[in-house]
Formats: sequence, C-alpha cells, structure tokens
Amino acid sequence: MQSEIQTLAHFTMRKPFFTAIPVILTLFFIAAIGFPIYAQHEAGHHDTTHIQAGLDSAGATHAAETEKFSANEVIIEHVLDDHQWHFAEHLVLPLPIIVYSAERGLAVFSSSHFYDEHHHEIEYNGYKLEGRNIIFTATGEKVLDLSITKNVAMLFLTAAVLLYVLFAVARSYKRNPKKAPKGLQSFIEPVILFVRDEIVKPNLGHHTDKYLPYILTLFFFILFGNLLGLLPGSANLTGNIAITLSLAVLTFLITNFSGNAAYWKHIFWTPGVPLLLRIIILPVEIIGLFTKPFALTIRLFVAITAGHIVLLSLICMTFIFHSYIVGIGASVMVLFISLIEILVAAIQAYVFALFTSLYIGMATAEDEHH
Amino acid sequence: MDFLLPANGLLFWQVVIFLALVLVLAKFAWKPILSSLKEREESIQNALDQAEKAKQEMASLKSDNEKLLKEAREERDKILRTARTAANQIHEEAQVAAKKTADKMIEDAKAVINTEKQAALRDVRAQVASFSLEIAEKLIKKNLANDKAQKELTETLINDLKLN
Repeated sequence: MQSEIQTLAHFTMRKPFFTAIPVILTLFFIAAIGFPIYAQHEAGHHDTTHIQAGLDSAGATHAAETEKFSANEVIIEHVLDDHQWHFAEHLVLPLPIIVYSAERGLAVFSSSHFYDEHHHEIEYNGYKLEGRNIIFTATGEKVLDLSITKNVAMLFLTAAVLLYVLFAVARSYKRNPKKAPKGLQSFIEPVILFVRDEIVKPNLGHHTDKYLPYILTLFFFILFGNLLGLLPGSANLTGNIAITLSLAVLTFLITNFSGNAAYWKHIFWTPGVPLLLRIIILPVEIIGLFTKPFALTIRLFVAITAGHIVLLSLICMTFIFHSYIVGIGASVMVLFISLIEILVAAIQAYVFALFTSLYIGMATAEDEHH
Repeated sequence: MDFLLPANGLLFWQVVIFLALVLVLAKFAWKPILSSLKEREESIQNALDQAEKAKQEMASLKSDNEKLLKEAREERDKILRTARTAANQIHEEAQVAAKKTADKMIEDAKAVINTEKQAALRDVRAQVASFSLEIAEKLIKKNLANDKAQKELTETLINDLKLN
C-alpha cells in the first residue's frame, strides 16, 4: 500500500493533469446519474407521492407494492449533515443538540427529543427542527446551532483515529530511535517522508520545518477523513463544504499572514508591468487571492461528494429497479468506483497539501521569484 | 442546494478540532517523528561519510606507502649510484696514483741505473785507461829500450801533432 501511494504520488507528480481525471470522471457520473435523481428529488418535494420516474419505467407491476423508496432522499441524507446518525432502518444513534441564543442561553439535549415514536418531527422545549436548522417554535427564528451533528461526530472520530495512529507511530520512534521502522511506523513513515520531501520541501525550501506540521496534519486529516468516509454507514465528512472551507480558510490565513514584502509587492505593484495594465492586473491579483481558497474548498468538496453520490446512486439503482441483474451489475460498478474512490482519497489529500505548500511557498519566496 | 451552504456549527467544530489537532500533533507526534527521522537520516549520512572518509584515508595511506616505497627505492638507487661513482673514482685515482708511483719508480730506477751505468762506465774507462797505461808502459818499456826506437817515436808523435 505504501509503495502504491508512492507510485501513485510519483505518477501524479509527473502528470498533474492526471489528478483531474478521477474528478472529471466522478463529475461525469453525477451529471449522468446524480443530477437526474436530484432533479427528481426536487420534483418529489412538490409531488407528495414520491414515486420515482425510474420505478415507472421499471414496470407498472411493481407500482402497487412500492414502499416509499426514494433514492434522492437516501443520497441527499447521506451527503448532508444530520442531527442523528442514521445507520439503518431501525438503527439510529441520537446525537447531542447544543444550541445557543441570546434570549435563552445555552441548551444541551438529545436529538431524540425532536422525534416521536413514529419518527415524526416534534418540537421540544420551544425548539423545533426545520429542515436541517433548529428554530424557535414561537418566532420561527434560527438559533446558533453548535450541535454534535453526524459530521461533528465523524470529525471527532477522525481526529481520534488520527491521534491514535500518529501517537502510536510517534511512540515507536521514541521506543527504538535510529532503528529501521516497524509495523504501523513503516506504513506511515514513507507517507510522512513523501509529504516532506515531495510536497513541502520543493515549494518551501528552508521554510519547510516551520510549515511542515500544519501541512502534515492537513494531509493526514484529509486522507483519513476521505478513507473513513468510504466506510459503510460513516458520514461524508471531507465532502462537506464547511470542512473544506475551514481548511481552505486556514490555508488562506497562513499564506497571507506569512506573506513577505515581495509577495505583497507582487500583488499590489507587480514588477515589470506597464502602468495602464496595472488597472487590470491589480483586481486580477486581488481576486486571485480569494480564488485560491475557493478552488481548494470546491475541489475537495466536489471530488468527495461526487464520489459518494455516484456510489450511492449505483447502490440505489438496485432498489429502484428491483432486479437481481441490476444488483449484480451495480455491485460490480460499486466495487470499481470504490477502488477509484480510494485513489481519489489519496489524490485529494495530496492535491490539497500540494496547493497549500505551493501557496505558502509563493508567499514566502525570496524576491527573485517571479 | 443545501450542501453548498456551510453550517455554522460544523465550521465552528472543524476549526476548533482541526487547530487542536495541529497543535497536539505538532507537539506530540510530528516533533518526535520528524526529529527522529532527521536524526536517523543524519546518522546514516554520518556513517556513509565516515565510510567514505575511511576509504579515502586507506587510499591515501596506500598512496603514501607507495610514495614512501618509491622514495626509498630512489634513495637506494641514488646511494648505489654515488657509491658506484665513488668506487670508480677511487679506483681511477688509485690507478693514476699507482701509475704515477710506478712511473716515478721506473724513472728513479732508470736514473739510478743511468748513474750506476755512468759510474760503471767511468770505472771501466778508468780501469781500461790504467790497463792501457800499464800495457803502454810495458810496451814502451820494451820498445824504448834502444835510442833509435825512441827517436822514431818522437818523430811520429811530432808528425801527428803537426797534422792536428
């Protein structure tokens, strides 16, 4: 596996465009499968019967026995965050709700209070779920929701796994210093070395030691988040825009706070540009500051969410068509896409870390850099 | 388009947890891992450097030895050469000296022989003269026993004198 990551990484190093291929592929799949289902979902909201277009085409004979299966609901529910962790039909883990408002202060209670025994949404203590927001029943105002949602729980889990694995590795370094790596250590070490020598060092040079802990954490967080997100029943953590946005904003802040004089000069008074062109260049440079984190946010979000949508769409096809043959075909496809997703998990972690070190490297480079 | 709107709660938790992760991992994971990686790399590099150095030292030692050997050989050759020339010179000088001595001895011997010869000749001449005188005395005594003969001799002698 470690050599696979290395070869993969070397491969992507040589051909940066290769990284785009799985993303394009998954985007294509959303376009082909995801969006029609999503469109049906939109339509389904207005049409309360929830009968799928796919079901109709599958045959009118099944129409009578249709349980209200809705692929779009399944997919959207998985892709989005939730206040409870829905593993299976009757396996739901209620999560803590933490809300804060100026009027009523802090309130903490279980999300199970929002549902009655028939899984219908009810109000609790003056709070009510509306869609994915928590509102005051009386005024209909939104409250500040700091609940441990499914994704927050997943975030804790990812952080815990990350801490456990990396502490174990750190311990084995302390236990046998100056020895050849063993076990988990020998699995993680090449990845660390790869991040250090292939991602960070070429871009940051002698600043490497300063930014390496941040970029390593970023890389491993995204990698573990992506991989854990592929497990059945887990949440789509790194495919959530809040997660990718936070990471991108952190990179943005670090980049601009470590930007040296040459970097700012390059933005506000680009050397060697005629005066008239500066009128165009300056806004472009300033927009460029913000397109970088934007691209980081969207790239990871889209790559992971698209993958999840494709996987779930394929799985849902079995239930839409009520057919063993489709089931077998979909399983083969799911296996194939899952393998691609493992690849994407590593590539996206690599790309995020690479662009972060590239941006910081550009901001900290000495003057002769252009 | 729900999924394009970041939720406040998740943003908050993500920033908190991620920053905590960065700090905790930096202190308790990355620092020991990276420092021991660096340490290990340095010790490997050192070992390699030392091996290289030892190799170079061996090589220089070898070349030193060879140089020393070469020098010794040259020294030996030089000594031999000088010895040979010295021997030759001594030989020649001895020869010259011997020749000179021999020449001188021969010269001396010749001189002695000459002197001796002269002396001997002088002796012989003196003896011959005295023998001749004795013979002549005896002859004269016998011839000049009569006056006539004396007269004849005197005349002969006077004639000889006139001729001279």
